[in-house]
Amino acid sequence: MTTTSEAAQTTATESLSAPGRHQIAAFALMVGLLAVAPFFIYPLFLMKALCFALFACAFNLLIGYVGLLSFGHAAFLGSAGYTSAYAAKAWGWPPELAILAGTAVAAALGLAIGALAIRSKGIYFANITLALAQMVYFFCVQAKFTGGEDGIQAVPRGVFLGLFDLRNIMTMYFVVLAIFLGGFLLLYRAIHSPFGQVLKAIREHEPRAVSLGYSAERYKLVAFVLSATLSGLAGGTKAIVFQLASLTDVHWTMSGEVVLMTLLGGLGTVFGPVVGAFIVISLENYLAQLGAWVTVVQGMIFVICVLTFRRGVVGEIARFIRKPL
Amino acid sequence: MTFFGVPTQALFGQLLIGLINGAFYALLSLGLSVIFGLLNIINFAHGAQYMMGAFVAYFLLQWAGLGYWWALLVAPLVVGLIGVVLERTMLKRLYALDHLYGLLLTFGLALVIQGLFRNQFGSSGLPYQIPPELTGGRNLGFMVLPNYRAWVVVFSLATCLGTWYVIERTKLGAYLRAATENPSLVQAFGVNVPRMITLTYGFGVALAALAGVLAAPIYQVNPLMGADLIIVVFAVVVIGGMGSILGSIVTGFTLGIVEGLTKVFYPEASNTVIFVIMALVLLVRPTGLFGREK
Amino acid sequence: MKLPRLVTLVAAALAVAAAPAHAQISDGVVKIGILNDQSGTYADLAGPGSVVAAKMAVEDFGAAKKGLKVEIVVADHQNKPDVGSSIARQWFDADKVDVIVDVPTSSVVLAVNQIAREKNKALIVSTGATSDLTGPQCSPNAIHWTYDTWSLANGTGSAVVKTGGDTWFFLTADYKFGHDLERDTEAVVVKNGGKVVGKVRHPFPSADFSSFLLQAQASKAKVIGLANAGADTTNAIKQGAEFGIVKGGQQFAGLLVFLTDVHALGLEKAQGLLLTESFYWDLNDTTRAFSKRFADRHRQAKPTMAQAGVYSAVLHYLKAVEALKNDDGPKVIAKMKELPTDDPIFGKGMVRADGRKIHPVYLFEVKKPAESKGPWDYYKVRATVPAEQAFRPMDQGNCPLVKK
Repeated sequence: MTTTSEAAQTTATESLSAPGRHQIAAFALMVGLLAVAPFFIYPLFLMKALCFALFACAFNLLIGYVGLLSFGHAAFLGSAGYTSAYAAKAWGWPPELAILAGTAVAAALGLAIGALAIRSKGIYFANITLALAQMVYFFCVQAKFTGGEDGIQAVPRGVFLGLFDLRNIMTMYFVVLAIFLGGFLLLYRAIHSPFGQVLKAIREHEPRAVSLGYSAERYKLVAFVLSATLSGLAGGTKAIVFQLASLTDVHWTMSGEVVLMTLLGGLGTVFGPVVGAFIVISLENYLAQLGAWVTVVQGMIFVICVLTFRRGVVGEIARFIRKPL
Repeated sequence: MTFFGVPTQALFGQLLIGLINGAFYALLSLGLSVIFGLLNIINFAHGAQYMMGAFVAYFLLQWAGLGYWWALLVAPLVVGLIGVVLERTMLKRLYALDHLYGLLLTFGLALVIQGLFRNQFGSSGLPYQIPPELTGGRNLGFMVLPNYRAWVVVFSLATCLGTWYVIERTKLGAYLRAATENPSLVQAFGVNVPRMITLTYGFGVALAALAGVLAAPIYQVNPLMGADLIIVVFAVVVIGGMGSILGSIVTGFTLGIVEGLTKVFYPEASNTVIFVIMALVLLVRPTGLFGREK
Repeated sequence: MKLPRLVTLVAAALAVAAAPAHAQISDGVVKIGILNDQSGTYADLAGPGSVVAAKMAVEDFGAAKKGLKVEIVVADHQNKPDVGSSIARQWFDADKVDVIVDVPTSSVVLAVNQIAREKNKALIVSTGATSDLTGPQCSPNAIHWTYDTWSLANGTGSAVVKTGGDTWFFLTADYKFGHDLERDTEAVVVKNGGKVVGKVRHPFPSADFSSFLLQAQASKAKVIGLANAGADTTNAIKQGAEFGIVKGGQQFAGLLVFLTDVHALGLEKAQGLLLTESFYWDLNDTTRAFSKRFADRHRQAKPTMAQAGVYSAVLHYLKAVEALKNDDGPKVIAKMKELPTDDPIFGKGMVRADGRKIHPVYLFEVKKPAESKGPWDYYKVRATVPAEQAFRPMDQGNCPLVKK
């Protein structure tokens, strides 16, 4: 995407291993705020935002750094959610194993869908991911174990790693925060590594990268699977937090939401998706009384962002301070 | 006589139903295909514009007492005009960028339009009657064919073929196709390219609205009538080949029939069969059956 | 006793008598949360209308005069269990809501039921349908008020078979609710001597029913049972009119249809439809009076059974709170089961041990356009199922609260 190349230009000059001071500062600020927040704000709301932030960061890997718009990421969030919910409820697995199971399923699904989709580019890629995600959706509607419209309810929270009782909301919050930070750092590492550099090369001029001996398809596939896996991590965690897995998580509107969060926050920025996720979740919460106005507002944000605010919140901040974020 | 356990009589009936549904798919995907094929815009708002066409028909009846036949003419004009405004004010700015931004913009527009209508009109659906000239049915022996549905097939087919003819076989169509392949050159010849593009978008949108008017008497007029349909129509266009008008028409009708058959033999899968076919087609021919790489 | 002393004593006595009324109401306010679909498919049959009904109940109860502070909050769960359960948690945890009322969509009902139990609050379901709420999922924190899938299946199924509709074809929405409705109705039809000659499952949701309607027509069943709801039902009926289903002699039995669905369809298309509801505005003088007051406050639309049910439920809830002087979840629910009910909606009735409210249920037939005197005059009564027979017998529900 042309504009993400602009944002990416600034990151191209970064060194491979050491994040800039401003990035460390931003990270410290983020961790600091998130650590104190649950004492002032309803923790369940924060946990929801954290799960979606991780989802958006995972999605951002694909669109921001590989240049592929997937319109079917809900498939990974939802399938992981169902798997984790089922594992925790029907098999009685402890939460860490349930979440891992969900993540594994999402990774496998990512591999399957990725292998089919990666040959296409641009619009075609978006369309094929949308269609394949629809198939996952209809599968979830039909399958017995997903509970159809009811979803999987009353998922037990359990005890994390045998040490932390997740029924205590504060304990649950910090576990979720740890998972989020883990995923976030993993993604950061992936981007700022030789692997990430090759992805950048592929996005900017694929034939040249191929002529240098890099298998573009394989790199894209790896990025796709990584994105799917971390989306799955977000989905599995969300299922345990809310003790529920439902069809909303696999519906195509969920795929649209994650696009919105990433776009609003800033495509191709490190912190953008996090900010975008928090803004969108807050808006939904705040406007929940007004029912259908939520979709109108979301639509307007899309329109405004695409027309005049393509860099997103963090992208604009980054441009202002002239440093990548 | 039965065919895999289904009596042939019933089978013919289902095939005919499938054809009728295919007519809708064809008409809707025609508009989408025109817009993508000629303008390289993915019009996610197509479903919302289809819905607006149905609503305009409803309003014309409620507020102005103008019936179905008026609606067939007026609704596409009104909604097409709205489309023109959208193109002039918003879509125009995105032509220089990646096509995906167009997709995101129209996606956002679809959310806004559907949300506004839902706020205003709820979701129960509003009634719209079949015009008296087209009520009743014809007993074909194996089923009763409602006259209105027969009309839908005939009208869609005519519109599809008419559009295809204009675009592929007339001078205007030739200008249009040339303008999208090489706008600056064609503009140098004195053709007002931006205006052509605007009108083309308006035309594609008008086609969506036309489908909406056709749908109003048989499906409930409700704000979300286009939301899930749009995904299916996308699949149709992708299978047919994005940008191929003929591809969309043929695929639309064919898929209607395939879906109809699925409803007989394995009805639970009738929602998914189109996507399965799409996945298969894309594996073998990534640009669709009739498409050409852009 | 000297007068000033008498006055002081009386004043003190009054003060002592008045204080407990507030001391045990949590936070001094009885907070009622109306949780339903405010903008989607079920907005017309419940939605803002339920809020109007709840407000009317609070006013008719005379909360202000009795010194009871009552507050109503509203939220839209968009028919999604995740949204519904988030709102329920926030309401119970942070917003001090004491009872959640209404809740259409069975998946949300079950989710909120769990949460109410966990947080020791109360839930009264008016619009939601799942009979599991008084079955395996029954709880000391919940009451199922207006109707349920069993009463619908039983009402429509048995009454239709008894009036001659003994061969059935099912058009079922392919998800749990549709399957349950089909299963329950089939059992009743067979028990009453009828026969099911065919079934077809349609994807949920569907826009086009032509294919399935053709199959229903070919089956030549006397009754086509619509085991679906909302837009699926209305679309099926609308398209059925095109294919001449009713003209060909078959009848539609809507297994979950509300007054507002018929209003949206219009009598031309809906005439002859058989359905079961537990309330209709034109049943008797008290229902007519209530409905007129409701319509005046709600854009001249008459109340559906869901909305009327909310009025009845909130009224009884407040009576229980007043009697107990307490708004603790399970205690109020227990009191509601103890006190008999009496209101202009259902007349006299009661709430059973398993949380099921009992009242009679009616089989209606939709009038022909010529028979109707104006908007909302849509139903004629075909049969009445008395309260004792209208709902699943307590011992058949597998409810853990019911002592065997």
